[in-house]
Amino acid sequence: MLRVDNLSKNYGLVKAVRSVSFELNTGQIVGFLGANGAGKSTTLKVITGFLSPSSGNVFLDDKNIIDNHFEIQKEIGYLPELNPLYTDMKVHDYLQFHAEIRGITGSNFKEALTRVVKDCGLHGIVHRTVGNCSKGYKQRIGLAAAMIHDPKILILDEPVTGLDPNQIVEIRQLIKKLGQEKIVLMSSHILQEIQATVDRIIIIHNGQIVADGTSDELIENSKGTTNLKLIISESEEDSIQNIKATVPSVTVQSCIEIDNNMKEIIFDYPSTSDPRKDIFQYAVENNWVIYEMSASKNNLESIFRDLTNNQEAGNA
Amino acid sequence: MRNVKAIFKKELYSFFTSPMAYIFLVVFALVNGYFFTNTFFLYDQSNMRSLFSIVPLVYLFFIPAVSMGLLSREKGLGTIEILSTLPIHDYELVIGKYLAALALIITALSTSIIHYITLSFVGTNIDHGAVISGYLGLALMGGVYAAIGIFSSSITDNQVVAFIIGIAIVIAFFLMDQLLVFVPSFMSTFIQYLSTGFHLSNISRGVIDTRNLIYFASMISFFLYVTTQIVSSRKWS
Repeated sequence: MLRVDNLSKNYGLVKAVRSVSFELNTGQIVGFLGANGAGKSTTLKVITGFLSPSSGNVFLDDKNIIDNHFEIQKEIGYLPELNPLYTDMKVHDYLQFHAEIRGITGSNFKEALTRVVKDCGLHGIVHRTVGNCSKGYKQRIGLAAAMIHDPKILILDEPVTGLDPNQIVEIRQLIKKLGQEKIVLMSSHILQEIQATVDRIIIIHNGQIVADGTSDELIENSKGTTNLKLIISESEEDSIQNIKATVPSVTVQSCIEIDNNMKEIIFDYPSTSDPRKDIFQYAVENNWVIYEMSASKNNLESIFRDLTNNQEAGNA
Repeated sequence: MRNVKAIFKKELYSFFTSPMAYIFLVVFALVNGYFFTNTFFLYDQSNMRSLFSIVPLVYLFFIPAVSMGLLSREKGLGTIEILSTLPIHDYELVIGKYLAALALIITALSTSIIHYITLSFVGTNIDHGAVISGYLGLALMGGVYAAIGIFSSSITDNQVVAFIIGIAIVIAFFLMDQLLVFVPSFMSTFIQYLSTGFHLSNISRGVIDTRNLIYFASMISFFLYVTTQIVSSRKWS
């Protein structure tokens, strides 16, 4: 079990990470979600031992990163955000270098190489120079290097950035496979990617955790709203704005004129209520002719936006 | 030790898979060869003094160029993040890289052995002891300059800046005993003792004094220690 306990990291006066705590268990893929500059990479860098925490600690079982960073680093495979590689080395030699540092030599290295070449799809490029490989292959080489010692924990910082859709699917499948027997912590600011890959999502904003749970839990627990789009024939503006008097749970988010004397109205109401019947009645009473009526439930994207925007508003 | 070896191998690999090492070796051999043979037959003496006086000058540019990328390149490429998250102590990283640079310097230095072989064929009454101690002195001087080079490489992520800082420090240590006239008399002994040239000239005469060996060892240790501290300081940024 990996436990991040009250972790803070300051860069001078800038508080990049503030009292972050969470626990990760084996067999779990966890997505670390946040806007650019939210503190994702800094947290990962502290867990991997690249940076020291300003306060707090990281524990792997009974070892902690301050006193035993060497021991913890042996158990971690890390793919940094920009995936820096030695471009002048051959893929085989690059992986051998990582293996040697991890104490994997001789026949053990051959076995490890066969495993990562198969898992990461590096067939045919093992003897190629790293610098001559495509971006997709480079990402896989970085991943292969992180996995060469079959670590307990895989930390992947933006693993699919810059990959084409096919490559994204391949890497996603690989991460899912690895997640069955390891702790995988991957960061991303691509919501769809996180939603498609991980079991649990931690959202970080301004260096603090603002949400933690499965995708469904986050949607369930969010104080989310449902949007109701209504396309009606031209009608009096007052009747639209006055709907709140009759149906109190509804708020008019927008009302715009579209072609053919029609109006598109977006109503908001709490996901816990369903005032569609009342809205319909109100429409009938006010002689609106409804051409379209569709509701869209809150999704991860709007939760993310709500959480991060609310925090910003709170901080302002 | 395993980690030092892995870093050493990787660094040598980098040197020899790029044209850089070959260019350095050829240029080093040609420059030394030219200046040695240019005056060799004029002096009509069976010694290698002229070689031992030219190599330190070539070192001034050669070694900062060899060592400029040792750490600055890692910082520039971002690969320092990979290295720092591997289970390697910072001192192992610094020593592995330092030894790789030193190996290249000693390889370059060994190209000049051809002149010693020539001398042993054409010369008489050769002082073999002075030649051996001269080579030892040059190797130690190379060791000090490589330590300075890796230090200057650790304080920047730009190789050109590392090169310029390296040259500035190396020249300062080289010239210290040449500029003693500008130094107050009570400091001159101290300044002279800090000079690499002073200790090299002692060893080159064939006298291997422990004071000289302690000087070289302490200079190397000092710069490698400071470099390790600088590498470690990233954690507290």
